[in-house]
Parts: sequence; structure tokens; C-alpha cells
Amino acid sequence: MDIVRVDQLKKYFPVTSGVFLRRTGHIHALDGVSFSVKKGETLGIVGESGCGKTTLGRCITGLTEPTAGEIRIKGKSFFGTHGVPRKESASTLQMIFQDPFESLDPRQTVRQILEEKYIIHGRDGKHLDQEIHALIEKVGLLPDALAKFPHEFSGGQRQRIGIARAISLDPEIIVCDEPVSALDVSVQSKILNLLLALQQEMGLTYIMISHDLSVVRHISDRIGVMYSGKMVELGEAGDIYENARHPYTRALLSAIPIPDPRGRKNRILLKGEVPSAEHPPVGCRFNTRCGYVQALCFEQEPLLQGSQENPDHWIACHVFNSGG
Amino acid sequence: MGENIILDISRLCVEFDTEAGRVRAVDGVGFQLKKGKTLGIAGESGCGKTITALSIIRLLPRPVSRIVQGRVLFQGRDLLALSKQEMQQIRGRKIAMIFQEPMTALNPVHSIAKQMVEIHQIHFPGLSRTKMADASVELLEKAGISDPGIVMKKYPHQLSGGMRQRVMIAMALACRPDILIADEPTTALDVTVQAEILDLIQTLKEESGMSVVLITHDLGVIAENCDDVAVMYAGKIVESAGVHDLFQYPRHPYTKGLLASIPSRAPRPKTMLPTISGQVPSLTDMPEGCRFQSRCPLCADICKSIDPDERIMGQNHGVRCHMADEQGR
Repeated sequence: MDIVRVDQLKKYFPVTSGVFLRRTGHIHALDGVSFSVKKGETLGIVGESGCGKTTLGRCITGLTEPTAGEIRIKGKSFFGTHGVPRKESASTLQMIFQDPFESLDPRQTVRQILEEKYIIHGRDGKHLDQEIHALIEKVGLLPDALAKFPHEFSGGQRQRIGIARAISLDPEIIVCDEPVSALDVSVQSKILNLLLALQQEMGLTYIMISHDLSVVRHISDRIGVMYSGKMVELGEAGDIYENARHPYTRALLSAIPIPDPRGRKNRILLKGEVPSAEHPPVGCRFNTRCGYVQALCFEQEPLLQGSQENPDHWIACHVFNSGG
Repeated sequence: MGENIILDISRLCVEFDTEAGRVRAVDGVGFQLKKGKTLGIAGESGCGKTITALSIIRLLPRPVSRIVQGRVLFQGRDLLALSKQEMQQIRGRKIAMIFQEPMTALNPVHSIAKQMVEIHQIHFPGLSRTKMADASVELLEKAGISDPGIVMKKYPHQLSGGMRQRVMIAMALACRPDILIADEPTTALDVTVQAEILDLIQTLKEESGMSVVLITHDLGVIAENCDDVAVMYAGKIVESAGVHDLFQYPRHPYTKGLLASIPSRAPRPKTMLPTISGQVPSLTDMPEGCRFQSRCPLCADICKSIDPDERIMGQNHGVRCHMADEQGR
């Protein structure tokens, strides 16, 4: 069953100039992104800075209002004028942020940070204390952490507090925006293990947004690759890694440094830079840097469609997927 | 041995004044950089890798920190014994450094042209203005910037992160240094840009025969770009070896733990990753004996009382661990 369905999601940010903040254009952060997530699976979203992956996460959690398109969660439209209010959605959908130093209120104790959610949602009954203790244990911290302030913890421990806050209302879906990017490798592995354990225990569905492809590969069932506000390839994690079709995905994968000197390999170096999000190129967004570009790529935008061999492997490319 | 050693560091100790008293951020670090080779210094936040690099070119923050002991031999001269003026002849000219965040390393209120020309004014005051500008354009071109004329007129904020790092590299190469110290040069960049920048450093190294010290927390970057590796933990080098030897036969439990916890080295996706238990001890509260003892799966009594010295095992493979030879191989 699809627990999340995103359909033709668009988000344009206005660009203003001058003293009167006249609108002079739009940043096309998301330009028609569609996908679905099944219950209990992890969908990894990868892409480089500015590809729109964070905006996507913020739209799904309702922190940013999309310009157009629809997000359905458990069949219900969540946002927009007819959507379910934010407070109700919060018990289904939560978010873990990148920077554990900025996403916790420095003036609240851990107990206050965790209690707040229960109070807002009217669940602060007489078992509250018990629940908070169970919660802090679940994420691998000691009960004495409750009386401390965020600055007394290391980065990894803070991320645990962030995770405790996210799972406190028993959500079904968690959007993780770069949850381990700010952490050292040895801490990163502990947080990834915690996320995997919680998923098994609570049946969570994750949308894992990250620029670190090896992290995404490790934790995801399916992976979507984004480039310049578009989803360019989507499929099973193993399939994307071993059988990538889109030229951008292949360049991205070839750029990951492999921690094994025997595995030094030939890289596909991309020329030029990511196109401006204000004036994206006509046709395929990747046409300015693609090594396989054809005339059609400058005229028509390729649609994301299932490949002939594998209908679950979606590719948006004229050259490597001429239609499903 | 017998190879050309261009930089030979031994017993380097750096102390910092903190509110909690004096702490030793770098404690007895030593390594050798071979001519024309890349040495990687790997380690996690706070292990002292940046401080080590800053000590080499004597740019430690003052007055809170100082080098209390050690020797940094560059082409036979001890850099730590040089006067300020003598050091200025070496810094930038013989040993150049690039930093993690090129935005903070560049001056935001001056154009790239002005900053590039300034380097020439300092190091080659005899040149004419136009010669300086020409040389700057040439350097930018060498650093892989396709339209250097346009980039020269821009200000740092108008450039992307990758472009800014290219400008930094162009500046660092202005004097054709013998050694380039790159401190996390690609950490702030996307993977595809990272690949380009590392490729550029590699190409320039091969062309000019300079040596590189590459400091990074990313073991993947180390594996792909270095000839030799030193792994730092809590202010000490715990293991050093040739890159193939280190990745194939890691001997220190910390190195082993670090390598095992990388997701791409896991046997299967979606399985639990091996972890290193506990946390790095605080510099103000270092245990007696081995600094890794509280997290080490092999910790024995001797580790709690005696700090292990470096032992050489196998092919020039240095390890600071009492238990290292009992780990097979």
C-alpha cells in the first residue's frame, strides 16, 4: 500500500529585486516531482546542493507550502485548503533535521523538549513521565539526560534527542533530512543503526534525504535521484547502484570515493555547473552537461517513465529510456 | 627508505590554554612526507589533524596555543627554529595551504583579480601590473577555470563553492610550492565537484612534482588519493602505513573500527553496522595509558597504565597498540 503519494509537486520561490521587492522571476526548486512510498519502506532521495531535495522534504512535512501538485498521505490530501490541519498530520508524520545543534532549543531541558509534543497534542496524562523515560531509553540515552540542556551533549547524542522527539507521538512516517551529515563516521554508524532498529521495531516508513550516497545505499529500499528540481531516476536501491541508466546518476555514482585503494576507478567527470534554478534550460535539465546529448534533448523535456526491461525502474532520459 | 623525504616531523606537541587549564591537542606527532607523494592524515573531529597542519606553517592561533616540543624539518631546515621573516619566505612560497571553506579564506570585499594580483605583489614585486594580471589568468586557467577573464572580475560570493576552491588552489600554486597542505579541501563540496577538485590536485601534483598533505575525515578520499596514510586519534598518530597496506591490513583497533563502520564496506545493506563503543575522551581528562582504552575491544591491563609506543610491523607499518600483534596477520 502506498502510504505517501506525491503527484506533480511544484515549488517556486519568488525572486525579488529593488526596494519595492518587485518579483522578477522564480526559483524552480521543485518542478513536477511525482513518486510514492510504500508502508514500512525507506525511500532514499539523493542529489547535490540545490537539486530541491530539502524543499521536497519540507513540502511533505508541511513546513513549506507547495506551489502546485498534491501530497496524499494514507489516501488523504494533507495540505492546502482542503487538507488535514498540521496538528493532526503531526501524529502521522515527523521530521529529523540535519543539524542537531540548531534544531533543539538551547534554553529547554531535554525533558521540556520531549514533553512539549505531548502537551501540544493533549497527551500529557499521568503516564507522561513513564512515557518520556521509555522514549529516552529507546534512543539509547540514560534517564539522567532528561535534566540536561542540549549543549551538554555531543553531536551524536543530540541527534538521538532529535530522533526521540520525532518518534514521541508514534508517527508512521519520518522524513530524515541529512540526519548523519554533521556527524563523524564512528558516530554516524551508531545513528544509522538506531534508525534501522526503530524502523524494525515500530514499522516506520522513512524518506531519507541525503547527499551521501553510501549512507542512502545502506539504509534505503528504493532510491530517487534528483537533479535541478526534477526526479531523473527512481528504482530499487540495488538496481540504481548496479544498473544506473541516467547519465547523471552514473556520473554521481562514479564520483563517490570508495574506501578501498584497490577499487580506484575511472570517474565520469561532469563539465560545467548545475544550471540556474531561475532559468532552467529548455528540454532536459541535464543537457548542458550530458555526454550523450542529442537534438531532442534540447527540445523536449524527458518524462520519468518505467524502463522496458524493468517497469519498476523509472528513468527520465530520451537517450537511455525511449519509452516504457 | 632511501626515498626523498621533503618534510620530516617528529615529536610535535601543541598545547592550548582553555578554561579548564592547559591541554595537549597534539601529542608527539611525527611523520615523513616523501617528495612527489601524497600523505593523508585521517581522523575524526578534534583529533588534532588541523592543528598539526597549522603547526607546520606556524599559523597556530596565538596566544592561546603554542608548540612546546618537536621538530619540523623541511629540506633539512627546522621550521620551528626560523625567525618570523624567514618563515614568511617559506609560507606561501615553499609550503602553501588550502582550507575547507574557501568562502572564509577569500576576502569578500575584493575581486578575485585584486586578490590574485596581491599575491604577486607580495612574492614577485618586480613584475609589472599587466604581467601580474597575465600570470593570474594563467593560474586560474591551470586550476581548471574555463573563462578566467570573467572570473577575475567577480567577487567570491558570486562564485560557486567548487569555483571558489579552484581560485584558492590557483592562489596556492602562484609560487609553485614544494608542498601543498590541503585541509579538508572538499568537505563543503558536492561529490561530483569533490571528484573534480581532487582530480585537479592530482593532475597539478603530477605536473609540478610537488608533495601534498591531504587532511580529511573521509577514508574514501584517502583511499583514492593518497600514497601514505596516518590515522590520528585524540592528538596522536595511532597508525601509519602505505595506503594499500593500511586498508587491507589495518592493525590498530581504532582504524579497524573506523573502516568497519563505513556503510559502503558493510557486507549487506540494511544490516546493523559495526560501531566503536563510547566516545573520544576529553582533552582535559585524558586517561593514563592508551587513549583508546575505554573504547577498545582488546583492552588489557597494560593498556590502562602504559601509553603504547609506536612499533613498526610488516612493511613500514607503524602502530601504537600493545595488543596489535595478537590480532592475526
